Amino acid sequence: MVNSSASSTEQKNAVPPLSATIVEPTIFDLSSRGRVGVRMPESDVPAAEPPPQHLLRPELPLPELAEVDVVRHYMRLSKFNYSVDGGFYPLGSCTMKYNPKINEDVCRLPGFLFTHPLQPIETVQGNLALMYQLQEWLKEIAGFAAVTLQPAAGAHGEFTGVLMMRAYHKSRGDDKRVKMLIPDAAHGTNPASVGMMGMTVVTIPSDERGNVDLKALEAACDDTVVGMMLTNPNTLGLFDENIEKVIALVHGCGGLMYGDGANLNALLGIVRPGDLGFDVMHFNLHKTFAVPHGGGGPGVGPVGVAARLADFLPEPLVGILEEGDDDKDMPPLYGYVKPAKSIGRMKAFHGHFGGGFVRSFTYIAMHGPDGLKDIAQYAVLNANYLQARLRDTYHIPFDRICMHEFVAEGQFEGSDVRALDISKRLMDYNFHPPTNYFPLIVHEALMIEPTETENKDTLDAFAETMIKIAEEAKSNSAIVKSAPNNTQFGRMDEVKAARELVLCCWLPEGYDLDG
Amino acid sequence: MTYIPISPHERDEMLATVGVKSLDDLFTAIPAKHRFPKLNLPPAWTEMDALEELTNIANANENVHGDLISFLGAGMYHHYIPSVVDHMLRRGEFYTAYTPYQPEISQGTLQAVFEYQSLMAALTGMEVSNASHYDGATATAEAVNLAFAQYRGKRRKVVISPTVHPQYRAVIRTYTQGMDIQLVGDAADAELDSDPSDLLAHVDDNTCLVIVQYPDFFGRVYDYTKFIDDVHAKGALVCVVANPTALAMFKTPASMGADIVVGDGQPLGIPMWFGGPSVGFFTTRKQYVHKMAGRLVGETVDSKGQRSYVLTLTAREQHIKRERATSNICTNQGLIALGTAVYLSLLGKSGLRQVAELCYQKAHYAAKALSKINGYSLAHNEPFFHEFTLVCPKPVAEINAHLLEHGILGGYDLGQDYPSLANHMLVAVTEMNSKEEIDTLVEVLSEVDHG
Repeated sequence: MVNSSASSTEQKNAVPPLSATIVEPTIFDLSSRGRVGVRMPESDVPAAEPPPQHLLRPELPLPELAEVDVVRHYMRLSKFNYSVDGGFYPLGSCTMKYNPKINEDVCRLPGFLFTHPLQPIETVQGNLALMYQLQEWLKEIAGFAAVTLQPAAGAHGEFTGVLMMRAYHKSRGDDKRVKMLIPDAAHGTNPASVGMMGMTVVTIPSDERGNVDLKALEAACDDTVVGMMLTNPNTLGLFDENIEKVIALVHGCGGLMYGDGANLNALLGIVRPGDLGFDVMHFNLHKTFAVPHGGGGPGVGPVGVAARLADFLPEPLVGILEEGDDDKDMPPLYGYVKPAKSIGRMKAFHGHFGGGFVRSFTYIAMHGPDGLKDIAQYAVLNANYLQARLRDTYHIPFDRICMHEFVAEGQFEGSDVRALDISKRLMDYNFHPPTNYFPLIVHEALMIEPTETENKDTLDAFAETMIKIAEEAKSNSAIVKSAPNNTQFGRMDEVKAARELVLCCWLPEGYDLDG
Repeated sequence: MTYIPISPHERDEMLATVGVKSLDDLFTAIPAKHRFPKLNLPPAWTEMDALEELTNIANANENVHGDLISFLGAGMYHHYIPSVVDHMLRRGEFYTAYTPYQPEISQGTLQAVFEYQSLMAALTGMEVSNASHYDGATATAEAVNLAFAQYRGKRRKVVISPTVHPQYRAVIRTYTQGMDIQLVGDAADAELDSDPSDLLAHVDDNTCLVIVQYPDFFGRVYDYTKFIDDVHAKGALVCVVANPTALAMFKTPASMGADIVVGDGQPLGIPMWFGGPSVGFFTTRKQYVHKMAGRLVGETVDSKGQRSYVLTLTAREQHIKRERATSNICTNQGLIALGTAVYLSLLGKSGLRQVAELCYQKAHYAAKALSKINGYSLAHNEPFFHEFTLVCPKPVAEINAHLLEHGILGGYDLGQDYPSLANHMLVAVTEMNSKEEIDTLVEVLSEVDHG
């Protein structure tokens, strides 16, 4: 315990005995009164009058540790994590590809780290030029008329896109559109973004080949449709074979076509969503262009739009205020521009500049047009290779050439082993599991995405392990159902976590854990 | 340059296993007329090219760590970041991991987030914290969603102080444009110098939330205790947007009775990075935890009886509740939240207090010296933390242009957002500003007076 005021809860919050375990104490457990981690300089100005006493807080209940304590604590925690740098991470729909190390260096250049978002534009022409160029490249790669870099993550981009779709209809006096069409294979963020806007979700089923069911779509298309949100390739890893018909139906009833760009890495240099007729799409720069996922974020979710939606983009965009002159070696002057009918601002400042834009810019520049096509081709090759190797062992419900991922069923006749057990058993063999139980339309789904940055040896080793686990499921299911057995931590009691909600290890005085 | 580790020989073996002849044969589902577009992009750079080009681009900026002396804040602040923070963030085990859906092999991220939640609860005094939002502005907008959900849509008015950050107010407006919510309190002609209690005139039995900032956008520190009591008497919730560094010194919003405390965690060890990524913190009372957007990490035990951590209360999230979820948030700011946790752990009780003290002392020294220059004065008498409003004798843009010629990045021009505050500059001073820098600012501004 760190401070005396917490003593009333000391009993309840006591640290369990650590002897037989590998548990790392919390940063609060490690605190020791009077230890100092950083010494700040003495003040070099004459002392000011202190603020009125009644405005001050009596205590600051933060931990007290030396630098080495802090470093060792977080070093130990890091060792409890599985990561892309450490091994194969075939988590479907998340695109856990290798993150190039050069990106980590360039995004930390002082010119990027130490620039303030409100500096005069003349002092940040480097940043603005980079953002402008990234907007242009994203337009070219996905076939759109304009791009905003502002949204902070894919779901944030979706929300941005849906706001623009509604603003578009409203600006035309078309007020009765309230329905968004969403396939049953969609990411949960799609309906949630729509829900935030108070619109109605109409679920469209998939057909037996994993495409949007055209009959159901046609029946849902009327003059109350805002549009359709489609992930293509979808979460089964399949490119919709009727994509042109789907888009024609939605456009035919006056709706707009939203593309969930989560799976864009499969399309780089293969096809541009804008060319297919999508009106708006968010990018997931962290998936497509190898920005690290950071244990859950930050993401980066720029949005591209067709010409008819360009006026509705969030403000500000980066534009050219004065053209340059090559003859005089004069670069253009970059600055901020506001779209005519902007939906407004989506976040403070300009978006995830250092974390996302600099890394993605570098990644695109280092690939060029041919390198980007390679990404898609090898991501698709790797997925199809794994699918081919597992086809005889695991049922593939939608079995055709897949894109960058595919979905298998994690269950076997005559065995009580489920997809989750297979996932946990994979940990015993030092693989990260695939995505479980998604998409919802596949029973016991195992959604596998190898990405283009894995070599054949790794894919072979993974396939052989999956086949071995399938054998274990039939011959020794207990070992699969109790997995993981060889990891530092065993399966967690998730019910206890939700029922006896403990969300922090320091509790303010008067806080009643049982209340 | 690609990062593909497959040799041509291996590729051919794999194609044979799949049963196709070439890579292009994998894409027959794509409409032929749009297949394989020729992308108009420059040829690929090598790593050497990239390092050189990116260095050139970065150098085309003037940064505040060598090029310019900065007095610019307005929601993002130049603080010292100890080396340890970035060393921990650069560990591949942290930054190349994903959302910890598989807790057995993600305890590092999970425990770090649990500690982040604990540290933010300790700093704000609130009972629960989520695992972070995109930034302070979106966290504030999500506070509106919480309050709206708490009253099940039966209270449809939100009162916002005009002294909440203008960009935060803009984001709230963007977020709520489809919700049939009335936003009041911050009209263009709103009184900026009055007591916060003036906002009470807008609070009625249709109000679900009142939002104030602490210190406010002009740097002023108010004790909101009485105000929050009065709002509660009308049945509405109060959200306080707080600066986390100020919380090391000033009383907590929790002790004033706040229901929700949000803000931007960037001052806690995160570089400005031209605006992002930063991290939004969101803390509240335990009773509202089921209405709170975003991820949550909770403590539990594993099958070996070890203390461990998992994502919890996931039923309220988008991947289960879908269109009935409180929010669509999927990604949080995991890595940035980790950076914040490392910073707070390292600075701890004494270090963070020292940072706050230094900000306070230097800002007050600057305010006193600046206000003595002929033609300049302070706009307010209220206590302030590290940012204050300076009344200038001529347009701030002109003054800042002059300062820039002397290598000084001046304060924020408040006239941009508040028509009544032409010639008002918001000056920020942190521990990064030496006495010599402040004296230089005073000296150059004295020239402006004469010029």
